[in-house]
Amino acid sequence: MHFYRAHVLCCAGTGCTSSKSLDIISNFEKYIKENQLENEVKVIKTGCFGLCAEGPIVVVYPEGTMYVRVSPADVKEIVEEHLVKGRAVQRLLAGHDKTAEVSQSLDNIEFFTRQKRIALRNCGVINPECIDEYIARDGYSALAKVLTQMTPQQVIDEVTASNLRGRGGAGFPTGRKWQFAANSKGDIKYVCCNADEGDPGAFMDRSILEGDPHSVIEAMTIAGYAIGANHGLIYIRAEYPIAVQRLKIAIQQANEYGLLGENILGTGFSFDLQIRLGAGAFVCGEETALMTSIEGKRGEPRVRPPFPAVKGLFGKPTVLNNVETYANIPVIILKGAEWFNTIGTERSKGTKVFAVGGNIVNTGLVEIAMGTTLREIVYDIGGGIPNGKKFKAAQTGGPSGGCIPAEHLDTPIEYDTLTKLGSMMGSGGLIVLDEDNCMVDIAKFFLEFTVDESCGKCPPCRIGTKRMLELLEKITSGDGEDGDIEKLEELAKSISKSALCGLGQTAPNPVLSTLRYFRHEYEAHVYDKKCPAGVCKAMLHYHIIADKCIGCGLCARKCPTSAISGDKKQPHVIDQSKCIKCGVCMESCKFAAIYRG
Amino acid sequence: MSKCGCTCSDAKEKQLQEIIEKYKNTEGALIPVLHEAQEVYGYLPLSVQSKIAEGLNVPLAEVYGVVTFYTQFSLYPKGAYKIQVCLGTACYVKGAALVLNELQKELGIEVGKCTEDGKFSLDACRCIGACGLAPVIMINDDVYGRLKPEDVKGIIQKYKDMTE
Repeated sequence: MHFYRAHVLCCAGTGCTSSKSLDIISNFEKYIKENQLENEVKVIKTGCFGLCAEGPIVVVYPEGTMYVRVSPADVKEIVEEHLVKGRAVQRLLAGHDKTAEVSQSLDNIEFFTRQKRIALRNCGVINPECIDEYIARDGYSALAKVLTQMTPQQVIDEVTASNLRGRGGAGFPTGRKWQFAANSKGDIKYVCCNADEGDPGAFMDRSILEGDPHSVIEAMTIAGYAIGANHGLIYIRAEYPIAVQRLKIAIQQANEYGLLGENILGTGFSFDLQIRLGAGAFVCGEETALMTSIEGKRGEPRVRPPFPAVKGLFGKPTVLNNVETYANIPVIILKGAEWFNTIGTERSKGTKVFAVGGNIVNTGLVEIAMGTTLREIVYDIGGGIPNGKKFKAAQTGGPSGGCIPAEHLDTPIEYDTLTKLGSMMGSGGLIVLDEDNCMVDIAKFFLEFTVDESCGKCPPCRIGTKRMLELLEKITSGDGEDGDIEKLEELAKSISKSALCGLGQTAPNPVLSTLRYFRHEYEAHVYDKKCPAGVCKAMLHYHIIADKCIGCGLCARKCPTSAISGDKKQPHVIDQSKCIKCGVCMESCKFAAIYRG
Repeated sequence: MSKCGCTCSDAKEKQLQEIIEKYKNTEGALIPVLHEAQEVYGYLPLSVQSKIAEGLNVPLAEVYGVVTFYTQFSLYPKGAYKIQVCLGTACYVKGAALVLNELQKELGIEVGKCTEDGKFSLDACRCIGACGLAPVIMINDDVYGRLKPEDVKGIIQKYKDMTE
């Protein structure tokens, strides 16, 4: 085997690929060759490092030097300075733009040091298109252990003892799910993977499949052995072309190595894996809808029971887990349930990956031990709110979740505390909202989503969410009346009780939780006809303060609709009938003479 | 439809038959067939749907039901440049709606429509997973991130110039 003195790791996840990381990789190869370093330095295309806000990211080992926001044009300098002369390129180091925070190494960056990476253990570390790199990081040894040293029941017992709960949202104990499916009689059983990551703002499943696809393949094979299934299906969003491609490569490689397919590792156990593409329906993230979709039909949920473990895909017993849940399995098998139980809290063991986005400095993917507080995620790992704005709330759980306000920043994050706060873990999207976000508008945003994505099978969801959206539209356009808020509440509660599937039952959550913590904002819209955050345009008016206006005329020149008029050196006025409320005048005024109210 | 004469549509028809043949005996074949058929035709007009219904021996109503259920499948042709505006939560809170408005103004079309010359189509989409770059739009396979409404004009102009 050839040894290299340096390795250049370059992120090729969706985020960094969008900012030309593939060109960066080819430039590295070109300049390394030009400098005759091809036998000394190896370039590796990896999965996501997680610090997406600073992408594209390049890390050079053995030093672990992290370069951020690299452009293809920067590569020549990195090769000539760092790889030839051994000097780091200061201007591209992580934190170079902040004073005295320049960090030479990945290991010193707070964003990474506070994380605990289990599900993301290989993301950004290995080349996802090379099975040998996965194997070198203990890949497939859990499968070997299971097939040669454990009975199926022992595997289930280990997973049950680990207290691993489903990472897709509801948090059902994984071991129990497997036990039910194992107990079900049937010659054909299925193992399915839910990679239909529909929660807007969550992208951890995509990153795991792009950065470490073999971990999911290995775990599904283990699940197959445990429940007695020989067939697996991965249902993945068609919107994730890179993940689909890497998964295809990984399945092919695993088949070639005898780690998938007939007679795995010569043990007589066979397991095959197929990919099925989703077609853009949020409801297909619900387990029964997902299986209906794989069967080639409209992805509508079914009534449970019977549960999938008894009667699932094509009517056969089926285990369905989410990508992140599977990614934990090989580690649990290798290190043991006892080790896994040392991480996390009393009722939520292990870690959770969050896709942190919205109004936060370090947008990206973080994996934290359960029990970490929201404050640590937002401020210590996330770097706080940009532009000196104030934290207002964190939205978790997407369209099924809710908002956690500032007064609960110190709550430890785990399944049960989030539910108690009226939100939920969900798949792990965490969107940070600041003082400029209107909570009624956010609730409306999620309701629009739900109305659009409702499959239409049951009336509470199909009709009820539509009525809720109409009420929210009425309130945000300034036509709210006394009693509207109460009507919203009543509708929300009855939909929660009567909808068929989990998605319908949780659809009112964004409204219920914003009502719980930000009722005053709703009331301001309805009774005072004001949007405190200044988002709902129908209620906004821009005014010029005559005392402060010196009549420079700048705002009048900038106004796109010529709504501002006035004589030179005299206070100007805004014609409200022409104003489109774009806010350009307020931004351009140098004398703070314009206010929004 | 195609401007290059009948040989082209014959070739497409042949491809479609091959796709149907490939999946004919798979359980749950309809969705994979629709995906691949859309890759061949660019969209799924009724004529294509009825061929699939016939080939897979499922009622046309069921094919139509599935096509209209999923947002990935389109009954209408798309533009040469398919613009998708991400309206995921991360993009939304960072002003994606303003970018979308600007695109509608610049192109003079509404969401879901195609310009008359067939160059651009405009769609809103769910999270494409580039939340770190929010707000983002995708034009065919290229992603544009960290956008402000004022960036829209330049980007569209670039594509207008390219088609000449």
